[in-house]
Amino acid sequence: MVRRFNAMGWVKAAVFCLSLAPLARLGWLGVYGGLGANPIEFITHSLGTWTLVFLLLTLAITPLRRWLHFPALIRLRRMLGLYAFFYAALHFVTYLWLDQFFDWAAIAKDVVKRPFITAGFAAFLLLAPLAATSTAGMIRRLGAKRWQRLHRLIYPAAIVAVLHYLWLVKQDLTQPLFYAAALAILLGYRVACHFRRP
Amino acid sequence: MPTNAPGNVRPSEITPHTVYLQRRRFLQMAALSAAAGWLPLPATAGVKLTTTGKGPFSTSEPPTPLKEVTHYNNFYEFGTDKFSPAQRASSLVTHPWNVAVEGEIRRPNIYAMETLLKLAPLEDRIYRLRCVEGWSMVIPWVGFPLNALIRQVEPTGNAKFVEFTTLYDPAQMPGQRSSVLSWPYVEALRLDEAMHPLTLLAVGLYGEVLPNQNGAPLRLVVPWKYGFKSIKSIVNIRFVEHRPTTTWMKASSREYGFTANVNPQIDHPRWSQARERRIGEFFKRDTLLFNGYAEQVASLYRGMDLKKDF
Repeated sequence: MVRRFNAMGWVKAAVFCLSLAPLARLGWLGVYGGLGANPIEFITHSLGTWTLVFLLLTLAITPLRRWLHFPALIRLRRMLGLYAFFYAALHFVTYLWLDQFFDWAAIAKDVVKRPFITAGFAAFLLLAPLAATSTAGMIRRLGAKRWQRLHRLIYPAAIVAVLHYLWLVKQDLTQPLFYAAALAILLGYRVACHFRRP
Repeated sequence: MPTNAPGNVRPSEITPHTVYLQRRRFLQMAALSAAAGWLPLPATAGVKLTTTGKGPFSTSEPPTPLKEVTHYNNFYEFGTDKFSPAQRASSLVTHPWNVAVEGEIRRPNIYAMETLLKLAPLEDRIYRLRCVEGWSMVIPWVGFPLNALIRQVEPTGNAKFVEFTTLYDPAQMPGQRSSVLSWPYVEALRLDEAMHPLTLLAVGLYGEVLPNQNGAPLRLVVPWKYGFKSIKSIVNIRFVEHRPTTTWMKASSREYGFTANVNPQIDHPRWSQARERRIGEFFKRDTLLFNGYAEQVASLYRGMDLKKDF
């Protein structure tokens, strides 16, 4: 039991470092001029993509635990979820700063008028309380049941995040549909579990 | 056992794909140098073009560096991301190249690229290019006004529009194997837009023959319209009476109109067109009406409701 604990500690440390790799890669490409002709677009898209990846990884933990008979995986879930929020926040700041240069009037207009911005903004708003209540102390204060109900917000957050991607793409929907399919499987699993229960 | 049986080919003996492609390039170069003696035949990217110098309407803004102009491209025939055209367009064979000019004209003809290059003096034209996606560049094109060709073929009274078609050959243009757009790519202009002295048939940029990813060997440049109107790798120019339906109109008529003038007041249904990111600049800049060419082209659209006919 103790050995298992230590092994999981190492896994957690490794996942923690690995999860920073996308950010490190952007830094590396930035220094060595690998971000292409439109670096701001590259950074924004990359951060958005990794937000989606971490959202899907977070949602994959529960099915994987059961499927692999590896309940200890739960110990990675909070970290992955926080990384999803971390990349979402960087993505959002990139938009506020590099795309709109804190032009609040233009940003407000964008959020109201552009469905894809509305969706992205909604996803970020839905994730924020989850990140804020991620500590053990907050679980205790909210009570496990209420906490769990609150954290189901990740489902609508992931849905609007995928819509955000679908609606922004000009013509080639291959990539966003790939994420939509992955999300459909992960959410479908939960629906199936719900109806299988007596 | 015969030494050349298929099973006996060692991996080291197989010509790498890149070398194979270089072979084709070698043949092109060989043909080029053979022809160079008696023909002004620039057919391959990188070959210098002789021009009469800086033509009219050129902007004095600093041009976008060549590396960016040739490595950030929308050319769905080679893939839908910006980086694919530079990586994959070497499969396009631009020599020999013929352009059929037909329809409502008195002198239909099939023009060899070499003939087109002698049709009018080549000029340097430094134009702004604004993409419908919200980015822009400044590109020093080499070409001649489309109206030089139009005058030569003598449109009839029925010619109201000019329709352009890109090459269709999935073997050379692998992006055409995907159904992301309806192929071949088709664009069109009103005849008066096509006749406008700003409208350019480009054969080069930065003083050299067009790189494949920029639409070699012949493309349209209409600087006051969104970039998708400036069709690449043209094989057919057709004069017609009725307004053609262009590829992007077919893809989404709600989002891409026939006129497609750069206009900061008319947003794309999904995003704003008020500002743009000039490639190489950190912050966005305001988009100009008709991409800054209002003085030259505004009269073409007088009395039109551009919100309706966007």
